[in-house]
Amino acid sequence: MIPATFEYVRPTTVEEAAQILRNAAGDDVKLLAGGQSLLPLLRLRLAYPAALIDIGRIDELRGVRDEPDHVYIAAMTTHDEVVKSAVVQEQCPLVALATAQVADPAVRHRGTFGGSMAHADPAGDLPAVALALDMTFVVLSADGTREIPAAEFFVDYLETALEPGEILLGAKVPKLGPGWGFHYEKFHRTAQAWAIVGVAAAVKRDNGTISEGRIALTNMGTVPVRAFAAERRLPGVPITNGYGELREAVSVAAEGTDPPTDLHGRPDYRRHLAVVLTERAVRQAAV
Amino acid sequence: MTDTLPEAEIGRARRRKEDGRLITGRTLWTDNIQLPGMLYIAFLRSPMAHARITRVDTSAAKTQPGVVAVFSGQDLADEQGSLPCAWPVTEDIVIPDHPPMAVGTVRYVGEAVACVVATDRYKAADALDAIEIDYEPLPAVLDMNEALAEGATPVHEGGNRSFTWQFGTGDVDAAFRDAPVVIERTYVQQRLIPSAMEPRAVVAQTDGDTYTVHSATQIPHVLRVMLAATTGIPEHKLRVVAPDVGGGFGSKLQVTAEEVLALLITKRLGRPVKWTESRSEGNLTVHHGRDQIQRISLAASADGVLRGVKVDLLADMGAYLMLVTPGIPLLGAFMYTGVYKMDAYDFTCTGVFTTKMPTDAYRGAGRPEATYAIERAMDELAHEIGVDPLEIRRRNWIKHEEFPYATAGGLTYDSGNYEAATDRALALFGYDKLRAEQSDRRDRNDSVQLGIGVSTYTEMCGLAPSRVLGSLRYGAGGWEHATVRMLPTGKVEVVTGTSPHGQGHETAWSQIVADALGVPFEDVAVLHGDTASAPRGMDTYGSRSLVVGGIAVLQACEKVKENARQVAAHLLECSPDDLEFTGGAFRVRGTGAAKTIQEVALATFAAHNLPDGFEPQLDAGSTFDPEAFSFPHGTHLCAIEVDTETGESKIRSYVAVDDIGNVVNPLIVEGQVHGGIAQGIAQALYEEAVYDTDGNLLTTTMADYLIPSAADLPDFTTDRTVTPATSNPLGVKGVGEAGTIASTPAVVNAIVDALSPYGIRDVAMPCTPERVWRAIQGGTS
Repeated sequence: MIPATFEYVRPTTVEEAAQILRNAAGDDVKLLAGGQSLLPLLRLRLAYPAALIDIGRIDELRGVRDEPDHVYIAAMTTHDEVVKSAVVQEQCPLVALATAQVADPAVRHRGTFGGSMAHADPAGDLPAVALALDMTFVVLSADGTREIPAAEFFVDYLETALEPGEILLGAKVPKLGPGWGFHYEKFHRTAQAWAIVGVAAAVKRDNGTISEGRIALTNMGTVPVRAFAAERRLPGVPITNGYGELREAVSVAAEGTDPPTDLHGRPDYRRHLAVVLTERAVRQAAV
Repeated sequence: MTDTLPEAEIGRARRRKEDGRLITGRTLWTDNIQLPGMLYIAFLRSPMAHARITRVDTSAAKTQPGVVAVFSGQDLADEQGSLPCAWPVTEDIVIPDHPPMAVGTVRYVGEAVACVVATDRYKAADALDAIEIDYEPLPAVLDMNEALAEGATPVHEGGNRSFTWQFGTGDVDAAFRDAPVVIERTYVQQRLIPSAMEPRAVVAQTDGDTYTVHSATQIPHVLRVMLAATTGIPEHKLRVVAPDVGGGFGSKLQVTAEEVLALLITKRLGRPVKWTESRSEGNLTVHHGRDQIQRISLAASADGVLRGVKVDLLADMGAYLMLVTPGIPLLGAFMYTGVYKMDAYDFTCTGVFTTKMPTDAYRGAGRPEATYAIERAMDELAHEIGVDPLEIRRRNWIKHEEFPYATAGGLTYDSGNYEAATDRALALFGYDKLRAEQSDRRDRNDSVQLGIGVSTYTEMCGLAPSRVLGSLRYGAGGWEHATVRMLPTGKVEVVTGTSPHGQGHETAWSQIVADALGVPFEDVAVLHGDTASAPRGMDTYGSRSLVVGGIAVLQACEKVKENARQVAAHLLECSPDDLEFTGGAFRVRGTGAAKTIQEVALATFAAHNLPDGFEPQLDAGSTFDPEAFSFPHGTHLCAIEVDTETGESKIRSYVAVDDIGNVVNPLIVEGQVHGGIAQGIAQALYEEAVYDTDGNLLTTTMADYLIPSAADLPDFTTDRTVTPATSNPLGVKGVGEAGTIASTPAVVNAIVDALSPYGIRDVAMPCTPERVWRAIQGGTS
């Protein structure tokens, strides 16, 4: 397919990009990050923006920084850079684990961390990770920067708390400290396909039992969802090879979700998968 | 001159000559062609499955920037003709008019209704939005049984039954009468979308008198004849070129609306035009494959010896009959008896019109469907009488010593050794060990169950003896042509009528020529795909290229050699009978005197000293019309782990032992086998074209229509047994479709085997995790 005509600008600084965005107020402009979601929408003519602002050449929007209490991942860092970052691997391995499962190598070399978050596809792998880790998004707005907790960032299907004119700069990923284990369990039909259901799990181990757990679900609603009901039951669950107590604890993993229906799964199947996969994710994270 | 003979080329795992340019894309793909003054076509396609067109207004589109012309179906009604169907399978078949662009009525979502011709493809696409069309909806017709029911909405005036074709041998009623065991099953061959790497593309141009069409087609020769017949442009003023083509799997065995319209538009405008489809446009409008409902019945003795087989088939034609649409189920009609002996067989097929994209050839074309039904049903028979699926096959298959064997399916299989292929497969697979593990997992009630699937397939390929095609009312023959030319410097040009689109003919034909003429592999060039340089051919499909086209190459080489022998004898002053041909040279027996074929070629070119009356050329052509089909066979074994908690099926091991007779290039064979198995697994587990209740195709992108990649597939263990075909001088059989034909039932048999403890005896294809999970939920564990 062929996209409709659009203007194209490529600023080299965030300030310049913000200026262009402010000037375009009222026009339908879109920020172009890695383009792995936006370009297909343009080509299928599902989106007709008047202009694209390509922020792919803004150096200050790339890279990973190791801060005292968090890891900062700049928005335009590619998935591949995230996966290969030693800081990410050591300080927030869940991000690396999930990002390594995003689509295929070609997509991971172009697609970006921030683009994936700002696109807010509930079938995307990273929004659930942001939720599970309580990331904080850093945003450039008209009067400086502001911070948005992940729990408030994903508003609806393909919709975030970003206001028109705002640019996502990056995210702070809190360092959880020792004792935590992580896993991202993705269920999909082919290697490149979207998750039918995905589960991001962070589990704190204490003396053979789980002391704290965080679970977020991919593609179980219009936004990524925390499985709070299951999380509440995790403390005290023994880490063993058997499935008994853990299975009981996570049986409520799909509570409060509103999963979609499509060719790959109807809602009841997805709810069932959410439970099975949560159990697997928590076990993997706990061992 | 050395006396050491070069290594035989046939049988060598040569890397493919053509791959450098194909893999890097530094070659002439149709979409790479740029011509001065070229215009670009974009099609407006019907958003309705079935509707009357009540108003068409193209006036606004004509004023859009860059637009040179806009045509609706009505605008071209007088000259666009009807797309051809070359296979009227019965005398009373209903073949509806098939205008390349719809006139008056649309009958499937995606049918072309108008087109824009503009100075670039962006402007052409933009201007489509300005075309106004009003539709008056008619009911969609999607289900074949409903389509045939009384009072159904007719897709065409003649009703929804296109034809009913029947075939039978023996007394099937007697076979079923009082049969101790009768198995009746219904299987659904889901609709598939062929997904060649290269989308379809066409470029048409004219100098005002003659016309050239470049197309990403499998069939430049057939296309030329058909375009001439459809458009009225005389055949000798029409050149068709298939440049390098990136795959087809049958989808480019077609005369498409877009090809006809590109030619007509270049004729109208006098300027070159190009059309290249997008993947989504392709999913909608590349002809689809499969889509059959199969009712199969087996009659057997108490110990499972087959008496007869009955098949009642509904085949979805889609909205129109395209090039060989009605013939596809017939290609399977003779294969429902598989590798088995029986007294009687009865086959009935009804072709049904629906408001969906027409179906047509897709890798295997009729034979995967047939093989699936019989191989699934044989497992049911085994289950019914309580024996191992391999044992039921042993009790029924044709034994090695019984070949040649006239089957109840009406064919004579020339050769085969099912015992040898099966024994080899079992050895590679570790059958008993896997059965033990399966039993252990069942005992433990493990959440992951193991299933083992068997497929002992055969197929008919190498299309085809012309007389047989004639008896089936096909519109053309099945011969193939080759010309072999000796160049003055001793190099060789082969002109082949086959039209490779990924098969590696340049390499394989070079190997045949190198052995036949004793020239180096590197000294052979192969020309193909252009009706100007390769005027005679029947093109590439149905695993025919080697077994028909390759034999033509070999026969042409023999003629060249005989010509050269005359010249060599003259130069060596001996009788032609005194010469032996070895190592690329004619040698006088008993003396050291010799002339290489290159020396003979140069002497013939110079023509100073030739036998009296000898025409100064060595070149020769040969046209080979096979006497019989070739019958590859083999045994495929698949072990699958089914995760009963998620419904996911994961292939743990896959063994394929194929018998394709002698092998020209093992590397090419391996590629065909791997790709074929992958495509068959894809039908079993992944692919399905889905229309909603309004007739909209839901699987228009690769996010919805899932094609497995290497990452999703297991390692394949492949091997071969060699039982040479007796029907051709190389002893070869076709291999292009074998893997696809064999693998689908092996995979589904394995899944059903895994789920057998749950009381499950069938899962509809594709066996998606959700379907398997739901089957388990509804099972009777």
